[in-house]
Amino acid sequence: MKGAVEILVRPFVGRTGGLIEALHALHARDGYIDAAAIPDIADVFNLSKAEVKGVVSFYVDFRRAPAGRHIIKICQAEACQAVGARALTNKSLKALEIALGDTTASGAVTIEPVYCLGLCASGPAAMVDGALRARLDADAFAAEIQRLEEGCV
Amino acid sequence: MIKLFLPLDSSAVAVGANGVAEALLAEAAAIGMEIKLVRTGSRGMHWLEPLLEVETAEGRVGYGPITPADITAIVAAGFNQAGDHPLYLGLVEDIPFFKDQDRQIFARCGRINPLSFEDYRKHHGLGGLEKAIKLDDAEICDHIMASGLRGRGGAAFPAGIKWNTVRGAEADQKYIVCNADEGDSGTFADRMIMEGDPFLLIEGMVIAGLAVGATKGFIYLRSEYPVARGILAQAIATAYKDGLLGVDVMGSGHAFDLELFMGAGAYICGEETSLLESLEGKRGQVRAKPPLPALQGLHGKPTLVHNVISLCAVPAILQKGGAWYKDIGVGRSAGTMPFQLAGNIKHGGLFEAPFGISLDDLINEYGGGTRSGRPVRVVQVGGPLGAYLPPKLFDTAMDYEAFQKIGAGVGHGGIVVFDDTVNLAAQAKYAFDFCAEESCGKCTPCRIGSVRGSEVMANIIAGENVVENIALVQDLCEVMEDGSLCAMGGMTPVPVISALEHFPDDFESMRGK
Repeated sequence: MKGAVEILVRPFVGRTGGLIEALHALHARDGYIDAAAIPDIADVFNLSKAEVKGVVSFYVDFRRAPAGRHIIKICQAEACQAVGARALTNKSLKALEIALGDTTASGAVTIEPVYCLGLCASGPAAMVDGALRARLDADAFAAEIQRLEEGCV
Repeated sequence: MIKLFLPLDSSAVAVGANGVAEALLAEAAAIGMEIKLVRTGSRGMHWLEPLLEVETAEGRVGYGPITPADITAIVAAGFNQAGDHPLYLGLVEDIPFFKDQDRQIFARCGRINPLSFEDYRKHHGLGGLEKAIKLDDAEICDHIMASGLRGRGGAAFPAGIKWNTVRGAEADQKYIVCNADEGDSGTFADRMIMEGDPFLLIEGMVIAGLAVGATKGFIYLRSEYPVARGILAQAIATAYKDGLLGVDVMGSGHAFDLELFMGAGAYICGEETSLLESLEGKRGQVRAKPPLPALQGLHGKPTLVHNVISLCAVPAILQKGGAWYKDIGVGRSAGTMPFQLAGNIKHGGLFEAPFGISLDDLINEYGGGTRSGRPVRVVQVGGPLGAYLPPKLFDTAMDYEAFQKIGAGVGHGGIVVFDDTVNLAAQAKYAFDFCAEESCGKCTPCRIGSVRGSEVMANIIAGENVVENIALVQDLCEVMEDGSLCAMGGMTPVPVISALEHFPDDFESMRGK
């Protein structure tokens, strides 16, 4: 275990912001930062475990548990609020019967808040598995993510 | 051969531009028509995206918003002969929203292939750097000082003073850091210019490096901007290959290295000291000032931290001179500002104009009022820490001083429009909720105050002791404003107090409910 983590994060030691770059790399590989990897990362970077854990917990990009197979981020910020982001969020959550930030029981879909995707003239906006989406219709979008949940896509 | 242009900007991609591109290429291949499709930045008319442009002898004509289903008819009509098509817009640069702008920073955006260094040079790119190379560091700073340029990130600090401070600092290493952590809702100017004209930002950073004696730069980009990330990474690689970056910048004998650094989802990292902490790989917690980052910034070295748009204003200032820039705009608000029309607006997008244009012109004349067709009730200017302003203040000129007079700020130039279905008590609660979500936690007024503010607003919305609770919110806002370490806690009261001042009924109507 340590060997694999070390090989991945070692190249970032000594770089400006290397710890965050290393965490991005680890996150890209695993989809989350396993708590078991923290002592190894701390060791490689010559930091305390608390320092590494502190960085992991500060940034929303670093999950501490695996997410669903599909990750939906719905913008909650003002420009999207002004064009129905609250309704979009509520209908999407209702379709899957989960709360914001949660993953469905099947493990298929996670719905999370995001604060601004820079699509503020074309809201409401969201990101579906990394792809940007804008001018969303609440009903159509809720139906779309329901299909993701049901595995039809 | 027909030459076509289609944006690769996020605002176009998010509404299906890539599907349109595929359909175009497939349709042209199917009927044996020769086309050349150039992917560009966006013109900033986001209600028309995806906006397809066709080169004609008179200029580029447009179709938008276009879907893959529209392609067959437009291709069959031979593009420019399809003047009667319902999506036909005529000459794109004659559309009033575009024509009436003064595009200095966004002059190339939407016109060129952002990844072509050749296109950049052909369209007057590098003019500023070529001039800067012939000057010494003090002379470059003189131009910035004379231009009256102020930081476009929100604080509006005079750029020339900052440049001279960094230039005057003695150190073995200095840095240029570009703040591309554009987290304010209602803003997308940074994203658009990075996606539409990335070499402009690189040129601005290189000039800054020459001026202050920095040989290394970083672009701190938020992770919510995947398209900008891809474009910047390619542009930086091209800039190294073609000599704009590296050991000998354009044969000047000066070195400048540039790296792209990805943030990890934290609004607070748009605050410069928090950004520097993050760039050092730490928690993005705010530093106390002084020391100023200009003297002790990244790794404790003198660092020039600037917003994307501030740096993008630099090449033209060098090329045309500081005095030229100073003459644009009004009073101490020199130059142009890319205003961003967002939220519930019919014609949303980016409108670059000299400071001094009125809110009313932007929202109603160019923006066309609300998208929903209902009356405009309020706009929030300058992001989540900006004031909520009622229509009676729409005659206010967009400049730093005029906005200060009405208890507001221009910020990064974002204007979010709401129709009459908005409730300002709910928006005030959201301001506290957002602060609670994004506070770095270092100072108590922000960390605890935001949570308490949200709780009290919830009580007001529930109709509990409304009068007493409003007084409590006002008191809390005073504490946060006076006692917070940075603008996050210090300016969260701005939307709350402005909502209370201009829309007291939204709060008081909760009484007895």
